[in-house]
Amino acid sequence: MNAGTTYRKLAIQVTPVTKTEDRKAAEVPCKLITEDLNFYYRQTQALRGINLRIGENQITALIGPSGCGKSTFLRSLNRMNDLVPGTRVEGKIYIDGQDIYAKSVDPILLRRKVGMIFQKSNPFPKSIYENVAYGVKINQYATKKADLDEIVEKSLRDAALWEEVRDRLDTSALRLSGGQQQRLCIARSLAVKPDTLLMDEPASALDPISTAKIEELILDLKKRFTIIIVTHNMQQAARVSDVTAFFFMGELIEMDSTSKMFTNPSRKETEDYITGRFG
Amino acid sequence: MSTNPVPTPATRFALVEDEMRQRLDVAGKVFRFLTGLACLIIVSVVALIIVNIFINGRAHLSWQFITAAPEEGMTAGGIFPAIYGTVLLVILMTGAVVPVGVMVAIYLHEYSVHSSLLYRTTRLAVSNLAGVPSIVFGLFGLGFFVKFVGGSIDRLFYGGSLVFGQPAILWAALTLAVLTLPVVILTTEDTLRAIPNELREASMALGATKFQTIRHIVLPQAMTGILTGGILAVSRGAGEVAPILFTGAAYFLPELPTKLTSQFMELGYHVLVLSTQSPDVEATKPILNSTVFVLLGLTFLLNFVAILIRSQMRARLRSRA
Repeated sequence: MNAGTTYRKLAIQVTPVTKTEDRKAAEVPCKLITEDLNFYYRQTQALRGINLRIGENQITALIGPSGCGKSTFLRSLNRMNDLVPGTRVEGKIYIDGQDIYAKSVDPILLRRKVGMIFQKSNPFPKSIYENVAYGVKINQYATKKADLDEIVEKSLRDAALWEEVRDRLDTSALRLSGGQQQRLCIARSLAVKPDTLLMDEPASALDPISTAKIEELILDLKKRFTIIIVTHNMQQAARVSDVTAFFFMGELIEMDSTSKMFTNPSRKETEDYITGRFG
Repeated sequence: MSTNPVPTPATRFALVEDEMRQRLDVAGKVFRFLTGLACLIIVSVVALIIVNIFINGRAHLSWQFITAAPEEGMTAGGIFPAIYGTVLLVILMTGAVVPVGVMVAIYLHEYSVHSSLLYRTTRLAVSNLAGVPSIVFGLFGLGFFVKFVGGSIDRLFYGGSLVFGQPAILWAALTLAVLTLPVVILTTEDTLRAIPNELREASMALGATKFQTIRHIVLPQAMTGILTGGILAVSRGAGEVAPILFTGAAYFLPELPTKLTSQFMELGYHVLVLSTQSPDVEATKPILNSTVFVLLGLTFLLNFVAILIRSQMRARLRSRA
């Protein structure tokens, strides 16, 4: 735990920066650190010695071909992988200086702090209201109806969905469009008051207009949340992220400011992938 | 057929005449005929039962028959005590089998690791339980529930006098519950499997515990499936004679069961009695047919309801996907 606290002050390492906005990005405090992170599904090693730092209130995009480990990496950050039998983690992950795989850490509490948005929107087959209220109720953040109403409204506003659903909060969430369902899932996560959001290809199943709305929302959420997003869409990574990390065969090949990654990557593999030569 | 002359095919491609090919064709046709015949046998067996029971059973069927007790050595009167006993029996059975079956299914599907010893032994036990002949359940019920459990209760609380240690509707219901356990377990498991894992993950990702996820997300979604399992168990259990033979069913009782320790009349057992132990076989025949009619009607109705609920549930799942 102490080791992590010192890291917290460290700035994210970024190779020579020229533009001022990049320099600013280089000075943000560190939110999340991994040290020699190895991950195994039974005998198969899915992550190999991942060392990286993720800045607070930044959007970090994880890119790489299918099966490269980026989703596994994402799911190890809120210990969702714990739910899969036969998985094993080596190495350390610090969030706000706390080793999240330490014995004393309750994964349930961790998941309240580190929210997750999935690839396929997965609203509960309940009303819109109940979907957002679910996390609040089970965590007993609010017991009074008025408080609950307030959190639901605020979360829906934050997820840019309030105006579209305010008159039909009692209708089934399954009747919303795909894009609306995904924003509902974001609202549902926000209601639990996390400070970090993990997004696993949140727009991959959506049409371009819904995708644009989600991206706009992500950029807006950045003010208050640290966001880590897995994406297969290079343009999306370029549009929304501050920092991009390229994973390949379970290894972190390169991580740098997004502008540098997309214009002048240091590694040949990165360039090949980004320009579409493989993957 | 066509006005243009078609060139005769070259002899090296014998497309029309090939003995081997024709023999295969004959074999194919015979096989197809046999498969069709097999289907026809099934259909005619079911049709024969239904038509026979319908024609012969209808004659004696009346309101009187359903609401009155048997009279004159079962050669006259109705079957109300047997209907009442059957309904009470399956209600008690459902109350026992559904909670236990659902909990087993939840353990197997939600909690257990598939490589664990408990998972594998439970799996083995469930599939073996489904294959045990029902008369064995009857003997098990007599030995375990009546003699051991009931006898122990009597020794401990009633100073050895016979209260629980004899055949009773409670023991018959519990024996039937053991018999129908696999139905409930397997149906519930199917239902749990149909609930998308994404919903569980979504719940867990919001900081819910496993128990909260099962309680608030999984179980509400599984309700119709559990209901179907219960109905299937009832339709499987209702009419089973062997398990209740030694554990609680009575040949003839003038009064209805009022306590858990009462014996009772039951439709399936009544059919057995009428067909094997009647003093006057000819006089009993119409009553026998009508009793079977009622028994079949009851189980068909329950099966129909179960199918209806299940198809509705599947439609709902499809609309989700």
